Amino acid sequence: MFEIDAAGIYYRDLNARIREALAKGEKEVTVRNVNGQYYIGDGLSGNATIVLEGVPGNDLAAFMDGPTIRIKSNAQDNIGNTMNAGKVIIEGNAGDVLGYGMRGGKLHILGDVGYRIGIHMKGNKKQSPTIIVGGTAGDFFGEYLAGGLLILLGLKPDGPIVGDYLGTGMHGGTIFVRGEVDKKNCGAEVGILDPDEDDMKVLKNALTEYCADLGLDIKEVMSKKFKKLVPVSSRPYGNLYAY
Amino acid sequence: MFKSLAPPEYLATIDREKCIRCKRCIQNCGWGVYSWGGDKIVINTSKCVKCLRCYHYCPEEAIEIVDNPTKFKNNAYWGFHNIRNIKRQAETGGIPLTGMGSDLPYTILFDNLLIDACQVTNPSIDPLREPMELRTYLGKKPSSVELEKGKDGKPRLKDRMPPQIKIEVPIIFSPMSFGSISLNAQKVLAHAARECGILMNTGEGGLHEDLLPYKDNIIVQVASGRFGVNPEYLNAGVAVEIKIGQGAKPGIGGHLPGEKIPLEVARTRMIPVGTDALSPAPQHDIYSIEDLRQLIYAIKEATNYKPVSVKIAAVHNVAAIASGIVRAGADIVYLDGFRGGTGAAPSIIRDHLGIPIEYAIAAVDDRLRQEGIRNEASIIAAGGIRSSADAAKALALGADSVAIATAALITMGCTTCGKCYTGNCSWGITTQRPELTARLDPEIYADRLVNLIHAWTHELKEILGALGINAVESLRGNRERLRGVGLDTQTLDILGVKPAGR
Ligand code: SF4
Ligand code: SF4
Repeated sequence: MFEIDAAGIYYRDLNARIREALAKGEKEVTVRNVNGQYYIGDGLSGNATIVLEGVPGNDLAAFMDGPTIRIKSNAQDNIGNTMNAGKVIIEGNAGDVLGYGMRGGKLHILGDVGYRIGIHMKGNKKQSPTIIVGGTAGDFFGEYLAGGLLILLGLKPDGPIVGDYLGTGMHGGTIFVRGEVDKKNCGAEVGILDPDEDDMKVLKNALTEYCADLGLDIKEVMSKKFKKLVPVSSRPYGNLYAY
Repeated sequence: MFKSLAPPEYLATIDREKCIRCKRCIQNCGWGVYSWGGDKIVINTSKCVKCLRCYHYCPEEAIEIVDNPTKFKNNAYWGFHNIRNIKRQAETGGIPLTGMGSDLPYTILFDNLLIDACQVTNPSIDPLREPMELRTYLGKKPSSVELEKGKDGKPRLKDRMPPQIKIEVPIIFSPMSFGSISLNAQKVLAHAARECGILMNTGEGGLHEDLLPYKDNIIVQVASGRFGVNPEYLNAGVAVEIKIGQGAKPGIGGHLPGEKIPLEVARTRMIPVGTDALSPAPQHDIYSIEDLRQLIYAIKEATNYKPVSVKIAAVHNVAAIASGIVRAGADIVYLDGFRGGTGAAPSIIRDHLGIPIEYAIAAVDDRLRQEGIRNEASIIAAGGIRSSADAAKALALGADSVAIATAALITMGCTTCGKCYTGNCSWGITTQRPELTARLDPEIYADRLVNLIHAWTHELKEILGALGINAVESLRGNRERLRGVGLDTQTLDILGVKPAGR
């Protein structure tokens, strides 16, 4: 295991050091005293694991292409921006705009998240992204969703699990919410269904890994009913125009 | 079926005496105007868009496309497009779409600007005899340079120069995505860009692997839909461009209609086949200059500090926005004016939002100079560059380079019919229908585009020669060599140009 002390280091130098360690073939890097440095893991490829102690800054794992990052505390905004592969595990809460345009890989968040999560994620048969949130989420969850999987668990909500405009403009992909979903919180493009057997398999599959990553009990997580949200049309704005 | 109350714009007509019934018009028309009636060609003129493909391919010159004399009564206030759009809206309740740049008769400033020339007191230069430098470097320039002695005793730069993109002529191709145009059209651009030592731009639809051989002449684009963006893509070209807006549709997103999303496009964009490719209006991770800075540096970190361009539509406050973009760390500011083209935009947006590029160049150049940061970024000006004269005027107003799209498409056969959004382009340009795209042979059409760039290069050299200048560097921002004709004092003031006669 390789260790880096990030105290007082500028993000550019810190990221250069992480990149250097990975280039030398380190498979596990622990970064201590992280304090708001941006772009950790940005554009990194390979299969190393990076453990962060302290709160990392915005745009963590942007364009990332393989590695696993475990954050042992809260995290900030824009995590997994346009990420291609790999995994980010967050043992606390995270901010806004997570997984924007994400194309593959996983975000596993234990706590709550902010607004605009998983906007315009996309996927195909070859690769597909997953975001799982243990707590609650703000408005615009899964807006413009074009592919991939969003799971919102709301494990310990003090209030509503999710904000408004859920899945607005959704035209692909799937959202699962643990608990009830009110149509009035959803975008007009969203259909609410009860998951069937195949769906439950998909859920169980994704959640087993999630629970293993974050030390949760899968039975407990699966104990409540889920709702499945899908786009009602692959062309939500098809009638908007006069040709 | 209810017959549309919007009369056809054009009448497709066949001279029955000349017609030999070879049916080529049926094959060639992407819009389905012609069909075979058993003994003669049947015409459905309401589908005709006057793209002139049939006219060119009729071996007997039997076809004539005429403006419909039965349009509406001429009315100086209620124009044809006003009445037609209302009728179409009454029939569909939808937003009329359009393609290409705005064709409305707003004042064209380029046509009210004239370029100076040398007479007697300052000799002009003959570009056929003397070398003329058009090579341009795009990117951040240091505000000062220090030299030191290298190991070999020769002077060298003390600090590292920020990355520069070398282009042989200050004319590059504007972004046009795979999806909005065909792969063959993109190949024409890529081929010509390499041949001419300039650049093409992928637009926001990702990079098809067939374009990889051209990567040294490609800018890759990151827009709100983030189509095809992965680390490999970001590193593929010479620069990365963040698209904020487009001159033809400032402030709104893009909906590439499902008709233009067959398997290949869906694969490159990573979305389902046949859905509309939705580019949200803003990038949802950019709500401020600070956010923009964050994305610029996220891209730089992921690309080992490649130059980043930021493309915006020219809008009222363009100068302040451009200043913010430069301060956010962009190496290039790409300004797209009101007349800029599009594959699909609501006509109400295209025709009424934004400002012409001429104002934007002058305002941005002024502002960056006043703030002492003009060297921090290059300016690319686009949005209606129709000729080398427009290009020269844009450069004199302050641009480092211009970008062209419509002009490039015209070399591929485009007649600016404006129906790109339907996906039926008979010239194989703005369509994904395989039988249509196959017509656009990339090599043949690349030669035509190369010809255009060469011709404009010669013309630019002639203009420089007439100005008595031997490097485009001396034309850049040299507004003293422009004069306005028929422009009011305030416009002249904004442009920083004197009236003719002064
Ligand atoms: S292409 Fe010309 S000659 Fe051939 S069928 Fe059409 S109109 Fe007649
Ligand atoms: S590209 Fe094709 S459809 Fe678009 S204006 Fe040109 S000819 Fe018409």
